[in-house]
Amino acid sequence: MTTSYLTDGLTLRSWLTTHDHKRIAILYAIAITFFFFVGGAAATLIRLQLASPDGALMGPDSYNKVFTAHGVVMVWLFLIPSIPSVMGNFMLPLMIGARDLALPRINLLSWYLYLFGGAFTLVALFFGGVDTGWTFYTPYATMFSNGYVVLTLVGVFVTGFSSIATGLNFIVTVHTMRAPGMGWFRLPLFVWAIYATSLILVLATPVLAITTVLVVAERLFQVGVFDPAHGGDPLLFQHLFWFYSHPAVYIMVLPAMGVVSEIIPCFARRRIFGYRLMAYAMLAIAGFGFLVWGHHMFVSGQSVAASLVFSLLSFMVAVPSAIKVFNWTATLYKGSIRFDAPMLYALGFVGLFTIGGLTGLFLASLPLDVHLTDTYFVVAHFHYIMVGGAVMAYFGALHFWWPKVTGRMYHELWARIAAVLAFVGFNLTFFPQYLLGVMGMPRRYHAYPPEFQILNLMSSAGAGVLALGYLLPLFYLAWSLRLGDRAGANPWGARGLEWQTASPPPSDNFVHPPEVAAEACDHAPPSPAEVAR
Amino acid sequence: MNDQPARLAEPGLQLFGAASSVATATDTLFVALLLLCGAMALLLAALVVWLCVRYRAGAAVDRSDPPSDAGALETTWIVVPLLVFLGIFAWAARDFLVEQRPPPDALPIHVVGKQWMWKLEHGSGRREINELHVPQGRPVELILASEDAIHSFYLPAFRLKQDAVPGRVTHLWFTATRLGEFRLFCSEFCGSEHAGMVGKVTVMSPAEYARWLDAGPVEPGTVQQGFALYRSSGCSGCHDAGSTVHAPMLQGLYGRRVQLQDGRSVTVDESYLRDSIVLPGRDVVAGFAPIMPSYAGQLDETQLQQLVAYLRAGAPSNPTPEALR
Repeated sequence: MTTSYLTDGLTLRSWLTTHDHKRIAILYAIAITFFFFVGGAAATLIRLQLASPDGALMGPDSYNKVFTAHGVVMVWLFLIPSIPSVMGNFMLPLMIGARDLALPRINLLSWYLYLFGGAFTLVALFFGGVDTGWTFYTPYATMFSNGYVVLTLVGVFVTGFSSIATGLNFIVTVHTMRAPGMGWFRLPLFVWAIYATSLILVLATPVLAITTVLVVAERLFQVGVFDPAHGGDPLLFQHLFWFYSHPAVYIMVLPAMGVVSEIIPCFARRRIFGYRLMAYAMLAIAGFGFLVWGHHMFVSGQSVAASLVFSLLSFMVAVPSAIKVFNWTATLYKGSIRFDAPMLYALGFVGLFTIGGLTGLFLASLPLDVHLTDTYFVVAHFHYIMVGGAVMAYFGALHFWWPKVTGRMYHELWARIAAVLAFVGFNLTFFPQYLLGVMGMPRRYHAYPPEFQILNLMSSAGAGVLALGYLLPLFYLAWSLRLGDRAGANPWGARGLEWQTASPPPSDNFVHPPEVAAEACDHAPPSPAEVAR
Repeated sequence: MNDQPARLAEPGLQLFGAASSVATATDTLFVALLLLCGAMALLLAALVVWLCVRYRAGAAVDRSDPPSDAGALETTWIVVPLLVFLGIFAWAARDFLVEQRPPPDALPIHVVGKQWMWKLEHGSGRREINELHVPQGRPVELILASEDAIHSFYLPAFRLKQDAVPGRVTHLWFTATRLGEFRLFCSEFCGSEHAGMVGKVTVMSPAEYARWLDAGPVEPGTVQQGFALYRSSGCSGCHDAGSTVHAPMLQGLYGRRVQLQDGRSVTVDESYLRDSIVLPGRDVVAGFAPIMPSYAGQLDETQLQQLVAYLRAGAPSNPTPEALR
């Protein structure tokens, strides 16, 4: 009997100086959970404000600071690190049969950079306040905003280096640490997803870092880069910003696709349909994702030719996404499907991602984007992808791997209730926003014309249901840590290497280094003995 | 605090019913896409539900020989979406190109966005704030500029929006098809009173519009004011025919292609003219020395627009009143 990673050192110091990827994943989980509820509190304020048209709760400046805080915290401090830094950190070495990541010290450094940048950002956002929106458009951000733009951007800059270090670590690990027999096309699709995500992290994040430095330089020293009064070009900022921030959407959604590609085959008891195509599709999304940034700029004054090219490429990136939806659906065929909470989250993901993806086609269509961009249609669209997609998958992953990480089972009925609440609450919150956008309601208004009120009220009411769906797991998961049933090594009868070691795993992951003789994702129906807990 | 909530709540403004020449085409595309995507979403949902029920654990169904890599099936769902997407792209691109090309006879109206209002100037010189009066059935071309941050001129009922970008000249054209008053929003976040940068567009019959123009205070027209600036700011000292300074002639320059010192050639449009006034050293015409001083900070956006409008009208050197209309 070896000691589990949880009991291998019980002091705070042993946690804060750990090099164990599993412990670092737990540190990340605690930090992002905190930031998730901070961002969620800002979202709550937004929905309360918008319940009435006359902006009764907050004045314009407070509202502008709150929606900026919501965006900055959710994007950089929750969504981007969520699945990669928590689930990727914990599972990647286990799934490829390695003892740790290739660079364990760099891994710990990533967490400290993230925490330092995050704390910095949070202080700037809540004690100073920034009113630019998470997009920091120039010349507003450089010349006109009175907020703490520089401090916030320093925080984002530092956090970015955490992303780069983590991405680099994952790439090196996948290349060098695979167990004997674990060829590229035996890798779990989650590993493919994390690998594709890491490529984006490493290639796109430096552009964000450069852009933040330029904004800070212009704001502090009036260097003319983006401000036309100093000879700069405001559209240059938009090009640089979206060159990072569009791929950043795929940093959020590719890992989610990886999670779903693990959960669906496991609970359908079927090998994933079209394994290779699924892997290629993720690489294609990562690649095409770099070539579509200009679709955020169709009404900005960029050239007509550029708009046509970016529109065409945006339709192209929809092809691999469509393939993935079809292949997940086909995986259900002739399966033996169970509906445990992880599967409910995964099916919820497929539905919401599909709606988010299909409405993306509207926005890729030039004349429709002219009408819909900068309205609530866009707000609804990206929340379907980033919340309906990425957050649903994060919760799916949390439930799926909870028994592995903690060694305990959560309460299944409560978990199913939470999954259904999140799905229903999400649709109630964000579907009305599509309708608001079609009617023409602009984003980032602290007050609005009365004809928009009914739909806004529906959205705010839905947000209450959604919040319940997000708060419930906090309780039953905490409860399970002490009182949940013992999970055993493989409670789901899954096939991945992570299920072949104890729950929770020992510090070195495997007692005997595994050798791989088959695909990790081959979820043929297991023998009855395997299912028995 | 201010009159924001009151203006947002102004009754009687139309929001959604299609009211411009491009709105109908945009709505047709929207409905087509809605039907296609709606059908696709429902089909997928039905399929997932059916598969989940039929193949639920414990159900006695045939599960033999499950396919794992069906080449033909996968090819189908690569190729079919690809072709459908290309079709939608082509349809959308065609409509977009129409939106991007103003007809030559469009009525020019100058728009300046600033924190937090829209300033508009008709060719006759009549000015408005946060309100735009246009004739029904006649193409109108808005020429947009911004004095500070980026703003966006958004008319939901017209299905049109265009950013007003500092340092650039952007365009938006439409033909209003319905009489009435329609909502105008700023849709690019521009600071504290962003939500207060709203107003209305009033579409009138051409006769009524003509009466409305005449009813305003008598002011010199945009081109005429540009001509006055051309004289008072000292442009004419160098650019007039009789000048001893070696500077390019501006008569009939608009729309021509000129060769630059560094070998590039550009078409003289509003952006080029504006840049040449505020950043004269950037794109110097071949054969001329970069001796012109910058007028940045000396002329505001409205004056720049008037000057550029004069140059666009051909920059006549001794204009008759008709030439300046």
